[in-house]
Amino acid sequence: MGERVQSKQAEAVPRREGVWVRLVAWLERQAPAFFLLPTVLVILAFVLFPLVGSLYSSLSRLRFSDGGLELSFVGLANYRKVLLGSEQVHFLGQPGATGWVVGVMGLLVLGVGLVVYRRYRAGRPVWVWLGQPLLGGLLLLGFAWLFLSRLWPGTHMGTLQTTLFYVLVGTALQYLLGLGLALLCAERLPGTRFFRVLFILPLAITPIGVAYMFRMLTDTGKGPLVPLWEALGLGGFSWVNDPWGARLAVLIGDVWQWTPFAFIVLLAALQSVPQEQVEAAAVDGASRWQIFRHIIFPYLLPASATLVLIRLIEGFKIVDLPNILTNGGPGTATESITLHAYFAWRTLDIGTAAALGFLLLLLVSLATSLYAAWVLPRARGQV
Amino acid sequence: MRRNRSPLAPSPLQVGLSYLALGLASLFVLFPLYWLLITSFKLPIDVNSGPFYLPWLDFKPSLHAWEYVLGTLGPDVRRAYANTAVVALSSALLALFLGASAAYALTRFQYRPRVGAVVLFVACLGFVVLMAALGVPWQVAVGLGLAVFILGLQTLGRRFRRHLSNDDIALWLISNRILPPVVVVIPIYLLFQQLGLLDTRTALVISYTVINVPIAVWLMRDYFQNIPPDIEECAQIDGASRYRIFWTIVLPLAAPGLVATFLLLLVFAWNEYLLALFLSKANSQTMPLMVAAMSGTRGTEWWYMSVIIILMILPVVLLALVLERYIERGLIVGAVKG
Repeated sequence: MGERVQSKQAEAVPRREGVWVRLVAWLERQAPAFFLLPTVLVILAFVLFPLVGSLYSSLSRLRFSDGGLELSFVGLANYRKVLLGSEQVHFLGQPGATGWVVGVMGLLVLGVGLVVYRRYRAGRPVWVWLGQPLLGGLLLLGFAWLFLSRLWPGTHMGTLQTTLFYVLVGTALQYLLGLGLALLCAERLPGTRFFRVLFILPLAITPIGVAYMFRMLTDTGKGPLVPLWEALGLGGFSWVNDPWGARLAVLIGDVWQWTPFAFIVLLAALQSVPQEQVEAAAVDGASRWQIFRHIIFPYLLPASATLVLIRLIEGFKIVDLPNILTNGGPGTATESITLHAYFAWRTLDIGTAAALGFLLLLLVSLATSLYAAWVLPRARGQV
Repeated sequence: MRRNRSPLAPSPLQVGLSYLALGLASLFVLFPLYWLLITSFKLPIDVNSGPFYLPWLDFKPSLHAWEYVLGTLGPDVRRAYANTAVVALSSALLALFLGASAAYALTRFQYRPRVGAVVLFVACLGFVVLMAALGVPWQVAVGLGLAVFILGLQTLGRRFRRHLSNDDIALWLISNRILPPVVVVIPIYLLFQQLGLLDTRTALVISYTVINVPIAVWLMRDYFQNIPPDIEECAQIDGASRYRIFWTIVLPLAAPGLVATFLLLLVFAWNEYLLALFLSKANSQTMPLMVAAMSGTRGTEWWYMSVIIILMILPVVLLALVLERYIERGLIVGAVKG
């Protein structure tokens, strides 16, 4: 029935053709709405209330009162506490004297590098470089300063810097490893089917399970790696007591679990690379690197950009691994922002937890819009 | 030396290096899994008295953990298993369908929502919240808000000429995933309490679908973008409707992407923990809750936990084995040539 004329010409169908044809024509005209609206409506229906509710709770405090608990409105007090008050060092860390120097110097180097790079790329004088890129650059430098100035001895990393560390280093490692494995598995070598399934496996384990598994593996008394440490003369070393050791353990767990995500997305994207072009280039004597750089990689760029964006957003929410593996310790060395919020939440300090969540939302939204303004259009070939 | 061979065929050295890299990566992936597997056959004493590596040589494997989990805990595990399977499969399929159609829409149509309308919507939302906070019943507040929004759309909404684009819509979709679940979990609990859906699979299916749709949209968008639009235009000239084109041409062409996305959506729903913790008590308990439950008052019972994790992995492995072959060069090449 539906195989009659239904395309755009259908608008011109005379009325006497009947209700059915007109209905089909109407459906065809409304196709853009019917394809998109279900998703938008479903999300609006189930996201708005939690969003508004948690925004309200970030502006209030849970108090014990007669007959139970009540939320009382306290304005921006929770945000003030996190950014300026008693939770400031916990969240933002503390730059020592060295930290300041290194941070400011790193910032200068970064800033100058950025300017020079853009000038070189655009081939135009620096002073035209204004507006949105300038704003974005300032924000980036702000992030960089927050991170760099707390890396050196005598300084203290807050949950913000720890999270940034997990996200930046973790995403980069996952992407590179996933890309390498996807390229290897896309080659027609015997046995790649086995590897394909194998490399997807870590995703199949619930993050809580991965966290417990790595707690087994990194156990300093009964873990399988103990003899290895002793053989290396590191018997007395306990990664649990060393902030960077502990962060590294969390990072390895994160990479173990999420590299398959990059792997599977890139593997599917590799299937759209036109094989004829690759073969033609090979016949013309292009090296493997040239083929990858100029033929394969451009086809992977859109999927890569999406993948990195998703991993950035998800990475900022890392919580299970540091919670179970190290309980945020030693001290607060491995605590992420979400874990910070979770600890606050566990003590019924719902307001602070929500405030931290919304600060994270602000931070990630900024990062995401920078990414969407700079990286996405280039990756999709729209610039 | 390479003259007689296909220019693309790798040299033996390259093959060797490839296998070396694959082998190292497999070791990295497999070792934790191996440890999990042997832990599930260990007695508590074997776990607690130092690292033992090889069954029969280092320690005597025992089935006690498997017997406990499948026997004593059997009914609980079976129920959680069924719940996880039903919830993960249905929410993954729903999210895939919704996400794929939205992604198709975002790659083939131009949307131009007015900035004015969006601002108006947010303003009306604020209005509703304010009214609700001041004690107006929420049904009345929502009704009034909607009325104001529609009225405003007819008048004010037309004043502003600036448009948003498809990319803005996509960005908004994914931005719904930014807020950490810890922060929104109480409002979500209250929402499903109002709907009377607490401790049901429906609540989990709905919430997993909602949180996973943006990922489906973003992933599918890239796969659709790589499909040449010529084929669809031909079909359109032949008189096929948009829905038909989407269903019979575009989706089959995007099969590798669809399968990859489906697998990802499935494991995300399969593994979700925090929402399940809040939205289910006993009836709709899922497997991740069982994993976490193995670390309780008696300390962490690694042997039981390992068994449950292995039980959780198995179906995903089977599914990956079945679906992996579809993440293979699709029909695109043939279709364009033909």
